[in-house]
Amino acid sequence: MPTQKTIAATGNTVVAEAMRQCAPDVMAAYPITPQTTIVEEFAAFVAKGRVHTEYITVESEHSAMSACVGASAAGARVMTATSSQGLALMWEELHIAAGMRLPIVMANANRALSAPINIHCDHGDIMGARDTGWIALFAETAQEAYDNTIMSVRIAENESVLLPVMSCLDGFITTHSIDRVQVMDDESVAGFVGEYTPANALLDLENPVTHGSFAGLGGPYFEFKKAQREAIERSRKVINDVGAEFSELSGRPFGMIETWGMEDAEVAIVVIGSTAGNVRHVARGLRDAGAKVGVVKVRCFRPFPFAEIAEALAGLKAVAVLDRAESFGAEGGPLFLEVRSALYDNAERVPVIDYIYGLGGSDVKLELIESVYKDLSDIAAGVEAPAGLVYLGSR
Amino acid sequence: MPTVAELERAMKPTWCPGCGNFGMYRALKETIEELGLSAEEFAMVWGIGCHGNGADFYNVQGFHGLHGRALPVATGIAITRPDLKVIVEMGDGDGYGIGGNHFIHSVRRNIDMTAIFHNNQIYGLTTGQASPTSDQFMKTPSTPGGVVEEPVNPVGVSVAQGATFVARGFAGDIPHLKELYKRAILHEGFSVLDIYQPCVTWNKFNTFSWFRDRVYKIEDLPDYDPTDRTKAFDLSMSTFHELTCAPDECKIPIGVFFEEPDSFTYQDGLPQLDRPMWKHAEKPRNISATMAKYGG
Repeated sequence: MPTQKTIAATGNTVVAEAMRQCAPDVMAAYPITPQTTIVEEFAAFVAKGRVHTEYITVESEHSAMSACVGASAAGARVMTATSSQGLALMWEELHIAAGMRLPIVMANANRALSAPINIHCDHGDIMGARDTGWIALFAETAQEAYDNTIMSVRIAENESVLLPVMSCLDGFITTHSIDRVQVMDDESVAGFVGEYTPANALLDLENPVTHGSFAGLGGPYFEFKKAQREAIERSRKVINDVGAEFSELSGRPFGMIETWGMEDAEVAIVVIGSTAGNVRHVARGLRDAGAKVGVVKVRCFRPFPFAEIAEALAGLKAVAVLDRAESFGAEGGPLFLEVRSALYDNAERVPVIDYIYGLGGSDVKLELIESVYKDLSDIAAGVEAPAGLVYLGSR
Repeated sequence: MPTVAELERAMKPTWCPGCGNFGMYRALKETIEELGLSAEEFAMVWGIGCHGNGADFYNVQGFHGLHGRALPVATGIAITRPDLKVIVEMGDGDGYGIGGNHFIHSVRRNIDMTAIFHNNQIYGLTTGQASPTSDQFMKTPSTPGGVVEEPVNPVGVSVAQGATFVARGFAGDIPHLKELYKRAILHEGFSVLDIYQPCVTWNKFNTFSWFRDRVYKIEDLPDYDPTDRTKAFDLSMSTFHELTCAPDECKIPIGVFFEEPDSFTYQDGLPQLDRPMWKHAEKPRNISATMAKYGG
């Protein structure tokens, strides 16, 4: 069993620590608030010789992801980190990383997108990238950010997957708050992630390959996309297997969704990221007062755990989805769209209400979450559900 | 004609005490007042960086763009409103790094606008990482082993790429800076102003006193001809400096390196840019004769 040390550290510190322990061959990055300290701390590890990584400070995030794509295609284990506009600037390269099946691991410090300018937490950046083909894991705490980073390497590099993985943690809330974290010893992490043996590396003189060549005009573009879909579907099993193995090693649970109080819940909130803790806190108080409330936390957003969601929410009287991102013009936020679609094949119809909250770091007060549970209990008691989505706590 | 006081908003600058941005802020406000520009005559554009917080401090027609994208936004404003004087403020990471491609293409496009680069040789807003103009071997939190690359040479790049006005200033010499600002704003074509703007919080090497020991004025050079591009390029190449160099070993020229007063601007190349886009509507073309040919 691994030796584990309990430390007080920020999310960014333990992500940098996890990256060091996973020992990437290459890291290319550009500073952006609130991701910067991940890369700074990693740079210090490189300078002190605590990790042997080719580390390059490039001139933009587009260059960062491009360099990662090149390095990964050449056969390296590659990591980087970004946030918000940085993720947006990587846009075309995100598709290339996934389309070329390059197992890059990236931490994303979830932050709002411009305009207007904002540096605080929401999920607009990563939710905007949800269809780029990356696997996306979300952390509630610094501990989960650490654990997800390590698991990401194994998931990405699995031969039946070979897809890039984004490990998301909430900007400032998780990246910059000091939290209690259990950190494993280096040997255990190294043993868990193993050595990376690239499947189709460039620079293999015996078997030369070309990445990214033209596949149009009747070429296999369509089939490439189908293969990508099949790979991300296969990743479901890999994510669960890697999670189970990591749980065994670390003693900490992992599930694509994690539930609380759902055994006999009549109403539930579905949430993603750091707010899950606040929701559980409120739910615990309500349970103590006898209310049958539950919490469903989504830890893996891509691939979306629709079967797990459908099962967890079956038979409930009302469900609220907390969306920390918009999908303007859609019926609700990204998480709502997934959750409600996941429930479509259930025999009984459950009312699902979407709450958009916390955009641009707008404060998420416990009273707001209490008000959501209040709405749900009213609906469960026969009050009509609100038509359309609710902007929770906006001025 | 806004005065210095009218160019300020109620919000006081939040730059660190002693920041080089204060010198540039004062110099530009005084320049605008002394040139007698009316509020409707000019617009300002900012990128992202400490300089960009100026968007909150200047009481002007302004646009606060994304990191690196100030110049393309300003280009859009300048071609839509060629009657405006467009003043663009950027940082070194902003304008020479992430937006470096726009810098080169704006130079070759020669649109009439003024590009002011707040060059503090560090990423100040993200708290002190190496920027594209950080000195080689400089140690920063993102480069604890030292910067590997050569710094960008903005003056040299501009001169080589055919810029029609290239100057370097120092935020610690406000009267001199104002003269540069005035000439740049009045210059017809793309003006490059690379301004050394010491970051007192994060750059402990290139400080005000470091610069004061090294800068000299180009206009004090005997026989310097700012219309000679080759000489300007030579001068720009002689001014690379390293952290360790002694004040008598590396002198840094400030002033106008190069100026081509009657250059061919982008506006010259497109006659429809002789007036703002909305004024085109005032002169509708009569196409009746043409239509008549086709029985219309």
